Amino acid sequence: MLASIGQFLLILSFTTALALTVLPMLGYARNNASLMQAGRPLAYLLFTLVLTTFVILVSLFVLQDFSVTYVWQHSSLALPLRYRITATWGAHEGSVLMWVTVQALWIAAVARFSQSLNLSQIARVLSVLGIIATGFLAFVLFASNPFEITNPAPLDGRDLNPLLQDFGMIIHPPLLYFGYVGLSVAFALAVAALIGGQIDEKWIRWSRRWTNLAWAFLTVGIILGSWWAYYELGWGGWWFWDPVENASFLPWLAGTALIHVQAVSERKNAFRGWTVLLAIIAFSLCVLGTFLVRSGSITSVHSFAADPFRGIFILALLAIYAGGALTLYAFRVNQLRSRDTINLNSKETLLLANSLIFITATFTILLGTLFPMIFEAVGKKISVGPPYFGLMFFLLMIPMAVLMPLGVQLKWHRDKLSEAIKALSPHFVVAAVATAVSYWGFDGLNLRATAGVFGGYWIASTSLAQWFTHAGQRNAGFVGMTVAHLGVAVFLFGMSMTEHKDTEKDVLMKPGQSIEVGGYDFTFQGVEDLQIENYRARQGTIEVTRDGESVVVLHPQKRVYPKQQQPMTEADIYPGFTQDIYVSLGEQINDQGAWAVRIYLKPFIRWMWFGGLMMMAGAVIALFSRRSLRLEQQQTDQVMKERLGLS
Amino acid sequence: MKKILFAVIPLLVFFGLLLLLFINLSTHSEVLPSPLIGKPVPAFEHPTLYTGELKTQEDFLGQPWLLNVFGSWCPSCQVEHPLVTALANSKQIKVVGLNWKDEPQDAKAWLQRWGDPYHEILVDYEGDTAINLGVYGAPETFLIDANGVIVHKISGVLTPQNIQEQIIPKIKEMQP
Repeated sequence: MLASIGQFLLILSFTTALALTVLPMLGYARNNASLMQAGRPLAYLLFTLVLTTFVILVSLFVLQDFSVTYVWQHSSLALPLRYRITATWGAHEGSVLMWVTVQALWIAAVARFSQSLNLSQIARVLSVLGIIATGFLAFVLFASNPFEITNPAPLDGRDLNPLLQDFGMIIHPPLLYFGYVGLSVAFALAVAALIGGQIDEKWIRWSRRWTNLAWAFLTVGIILGSWWAYYELGWGGWWFWDPVENASFLPWLAGTALIHVQAVSERKNAFRGWTVLLAIIAFSLCVLGTFLVRSGSITSVHSFAADPFRGIFILALLAIYAGGALTLYAFRVNQLRSRDTINLNSKETLLLANSLIFITATFTILLGTLFPMIFEAVGKKISVGPPYFGLMFFLLMIPMAVLMPLGVQLKWHRDKLSEAIKALSPHFVVAAVATAVSYWGFDGLNLRATAGVFGGYWIASTSLAQWFTHAGQRNAGFVGMTVAHLGVAVFLFGMSMTEHKDTEKDVLMKPGQSIEVGGYDFTFQGVEDLQIENYRARQGTIEVTRDGESVVVLHPQKRVYPKQQQPMTEADIYPGFTQDIYVSLGEQINDQGAWAVRIYLKPFIRWMWFGGLMMMAGAVIALFSRRSLRLEQQQTDQVMKERLGLS
Repeated sequence: MKKILFAVIPLLVFFGLLLLLFINLSTHSEVLPSPLIGKPVPAFEHPTLYTGELKTQEDFLGQPWLLNVFGSWCPSCQVEHPLVTALANSKQIKVVGLNWKDEPQDAKAWLQRWGDPYHEILVDYEGDTAINLGVYGAPETFLIDANGVIVHKISGVLTPQNIQEQIIPKIKEMQP
């Protein structure tokens, strides 16, 4: 019954989205104000309908309605309530519905917070967002309907994939979707501007804040994914260059390029075409990522059921969105000609360099991700792994780290390069000395770690100095930038240390046996069997001591979820400011209770995620820039005046 | 000219990408092909688990057989064990176990506990034959014809699905 209501609301949502696509655009074409005004109410209606549909799906899980195919396939009677709720987006159908829900939320937010855009602009933006929502709703309806019924209903379900029965999984996908979908706002604005054939700084200023917010969500989503992989997969790694990870990283890289270029194009009549193109690329990569994950085109640890029809469907959506936008771009870009000339020695040039570095990184990683497909097309199998990605990314991030402080140092419009370099050179010495001290303090570092640590110090030292010597007000924009850039420094340091100075030991341990790793003594106390909620666990006890004093007792587990018959490794981690102690169980070796045990020491790994959180915080702080709030208010007043016919 | 180029290049790149993705949809498969398919089984000489009698690949000529790589230390082997048992009991094919890098007494205890369906068990204590077969991880299963040529390989656990869709049809093909 409830499922039928859900099904009905889904159809209603689809028609509403279709109306949102057609009516405001028709109004724009015919210059009909009342049709254009239909955009906002339709956006609110769409959100209400889709949210209700989503809540119904959640309720079906909570009520354990196994007549619904999607519910019995991904939950069971024994599944605890919190995971019954999160199971809603634990597999394909529900996660696409969640995507649509988040999309509808963003559309409603755009409708609400767009007072500074005039009617013809907001009508176009909402209509383009409507196209995106229509496409994904069609995808839900025709290719991944979560409300399909199984008759007769099974008595019990198949249970949720144990990897997903975890806190990180509860919040990781929604945040990532907020980021993905958020980039659709910048995309919609770019397309709407191309339709109108003109773009001014007001538009870009407006879209810049949305892009910042989307980028912040994307950042925190990726961090959570990395954190989850670290403690849940039991390999102790935090980034694997897996195609699905790349799928979330690609829009982030393009988004990073975009927010930096927007900083220029909202101030000057420059890089307009480039801003529009980057906005199109960033969102297209989100859709491409979805395609890679959902079509099963690429072999990955993230296994979503592969279905060729779904693959074709998303490919068609990608062709319509990106193909349409790029065609429009090809016809219109030369109308968006930028009039201001850019001086070579200026912040603008460096920001352009930034976007070029990041877009090169984007395509380098895209190429690596697609390379196996290119080979497969000619009938060969290869896999591209961390050696390629690690090296390429390292090489590309060198110019980024070197140039970043220079970009901050140089003034807008025109500056003297030699003076900027002179101002920065003391920090080069500071960073070099700090690196040398670290090299000595950590008993030597390899080439990449040295470079990474140096980059961290270099950015930190210059950012702090620029903070204190900053002339004029430290407004939110400046604060946000500094926090984000310091985040890059913290990230670089943490990543270099954890990648190159970690200790990994795989050992065979008998009960009572001790082993020394990195100054700590690990004593294996054996393994006991436990029955917890919906799984059985074999839980090891490992006592960690240092110089005879107890540090912590760790309990790594090997879990078996009976329904899924999939053994799970649950690592136990003792987190620390400068180091994580990470223990996980391998396999039982013999009947005498001996186990293969993995003991990892991960120095400064938390710094890496903390650095990422700082980048996110920076983007959020910048939203509250008084300058942009004031300018936005002025725009709003202007729009209001026009509407009342005062000007 | 330059302007037109800048306008059109993104579109061209995108269509190239779209074409690649489209082609890939039809050509992609998850199966990692084994270079050994169509080749004779690598030569080996192993003792059997219970009698210690030495056997070589030539002892298996004359009828198709299934070589199932397993170990008592391998939890996934336990998962597929009921299917191996069912397949062996169905008498459709001779099922030979290759006990890989395992202590013989552990293997015997394991088989006592879970049942021993194998028509023959070879002990590959050093793991030489597993290396020659390119075994990536246990369990793996090789289907070999009466002439000692490898016909098919399954990496990972046997499932009702891959038995029905891959192994059984191949066995039927081999029957005269």
